[in-house]
Amino acid sequence: MQLDNLYQEVILDHYKNPQNKKLNTTFDAQVHHINPSCGDEITLNVTLEGNTVKSVSWDGVGCSISQASVSILTDLLIGKNLEQAQVIADSFMHLMQSKGTEKGDESLLEDAVALAGVSQYPARIKCALLGWMAFKDASVQALAKQA
Amino acid sequence: MTFDAHAIAKDFPILDRTIRDGKRLVYLDSGATSQKPNVVINAESDFYRLHNAAVHRGAHQLAEEATDAYEGAREIVATFLNASVDEIVFTKSATESLNLISYAMGNAAPGNRYHLKSGDSIVVTEMEHHANLIPWQQLAARTGATLKWFSVTDEGRLDLSQINSVIDEKTKVVALTHQSNVLGTINPLDAITKRAHEVGAVVVLDACQSVPHMKTDVKALDVDFLAFSGHKAVGPTGVGIFWGRAELLADLPPFLTGGSMIENVTMESATWAPAPKKFEAGVPNMAQAVGLGAALTYLTGIGMEKIHQHEIALTKYLLEGLSAISDLRIIGPKTTELRGGVVSFTLGDIHPHDLGQYLDSQGIAVRTGHHCAWPLTRKLGVPATTRASVYLYNTTDDLDALIVGVQGAQKYFGR
Repeated sequence: MQLDNLYQEVILDHYKNPQNKKLNTTFDAQVHHINPSCGDEITLNVTLEGNTVKSVSWDGVGCSISQASVSILTDLLIGKNLEQAQVIADSFMHLMQSKGTEKGDESLLEDAVALAGVSQYPARIKCALLGWMAFKDASVQALAKQA
Repeated sequence: MTFDAHAIAKDFPILDRTIRDGKRLVYLDSGATSQKPNVVINAESDFYRLHNAAVHRGAHQLAEEATDAYEGAREIVATFLNASVDEIVFTKSATESLNLISYAMGNAAPGNRYHLKSGDSIVVTEMEHHANLIPWQQLAARTGATLKWFSVTDEGRLDLSQINSVIDEKTKVVALTHQSNVLGTINPLDAITKRAHEVGAVVVLDACQSVPHMKTDVKALDVDFLAFSGHKAVGPTGVGIFWGRAELLADLPPFLTGGSMIENVTMESATWAPAPKKFEAGVPNMAQAVGLGAALTYLTGIGMEKIHQHEIALTKYLLEGLSAISDLRIIGPKTTELRGGVVSFTLGDIHPHDLGQYLDSQGIAVRTGHHCAWPLTRKLGVPATTRASVYLYNTTDDLDALIVGVQGAQKYFGR
């Protein structure tokens, strides 16, 4: 069934066992993002160590797509430097806009390629991007703090 | 004539199409927008094909025909609501109707009965759609008036226990929904209209979820203003109704100004035409108004009382069917007493978006999210719900499909 393209096992696993879903008490930047069309909300904390993403922690409510996507994001980006994180985020954004024509670069996106099916459901792309937009916002704020 | 929903469904061409790999369309989202029967689709296209001209202008036959069709639609709406024809204002949507009254009140000069100032209050409820909340928040912000509200109980009813302090001598307007678009709750109006009128306040009723589904008599309701949208009442999009009691419309300043709504204009100033023209600036949505006339004629032909009884029967069937599903929690009244055919629920840990997506894969259309009533869903502690809403063309087959679909989703996401 086409729906299986959307709800891959990896997504449901991350939804049931979300990674880093506990807000760290210390952070360089904290952001709160909302998807006003459906009410999904996320709070996300980022800590940098120089140019490296030292920690990303979060809490929020939302559908399996939005929750799995941010859980996958934390696995992917913690430990990367900001340039690498940017490359990954751009690649993920490109995949989400691909309307089902691309599978995603697994060497770069790892578990996030499981979200490729989302690109066939226009109403759900915002769900998948909620955490990524929050990370982008928080990392910019965290970096600004270093200056 | 007996009520036959299967036969009625044949009047709606869209219900014949299939969804996602050939599934029968099970449309349970009429609370968002209703489907349209052929008579409405034809009325709108016939207007364009045969009668199109700007109403109330032009010295030609088409302008006469267009004006007759448009004003004929106004008469149909007036009869439908048991109102006078000059009390019916065409807008582009119910949202515009509610903005019309709130902006018009904001335009009222000192001395006008609608003038608001610091110390006055505006009363709403916690179960309002954003369209009947934000215009009043904004009016309060612009005028310095205080926004107050009736809270909602855990059972999904208005808490009227403090009615005499919520509505007091300072209250100028009470705006509330007739039926909640999330809970299905039908609000009893008698105590509210009585108290509001006792203190000299006007009552504005958001009737988007009630007018399409039950017989509405504005005189019997004893409210002062009422708004509903055409597209939820098997009519076209792009047309809404604003109704007000004639003597109240006379004192209400205009909202939008421009062509059609004037009596006399000089370079320095203008005076207003009497209602309803005072509130209809510009060339109106004529084809849509004519389509709404056809829609209300169609509903009247079937019978609003029969439609209402049909929906109550469906709602009872749905409430019973859903209640039997483990982990399913109905958000709103559990019985059909003072309740319409809008049923919201949560399903264990399955997020409404995921449930809605699964149901869509089965051809079933429902609404998910906060339903433009975010303060209400927050109050109830459910960030989002799944909502099924029924109308005259729905059958128990549709509800059986939903119930099977919900159980299917439990298996699908429980893997």
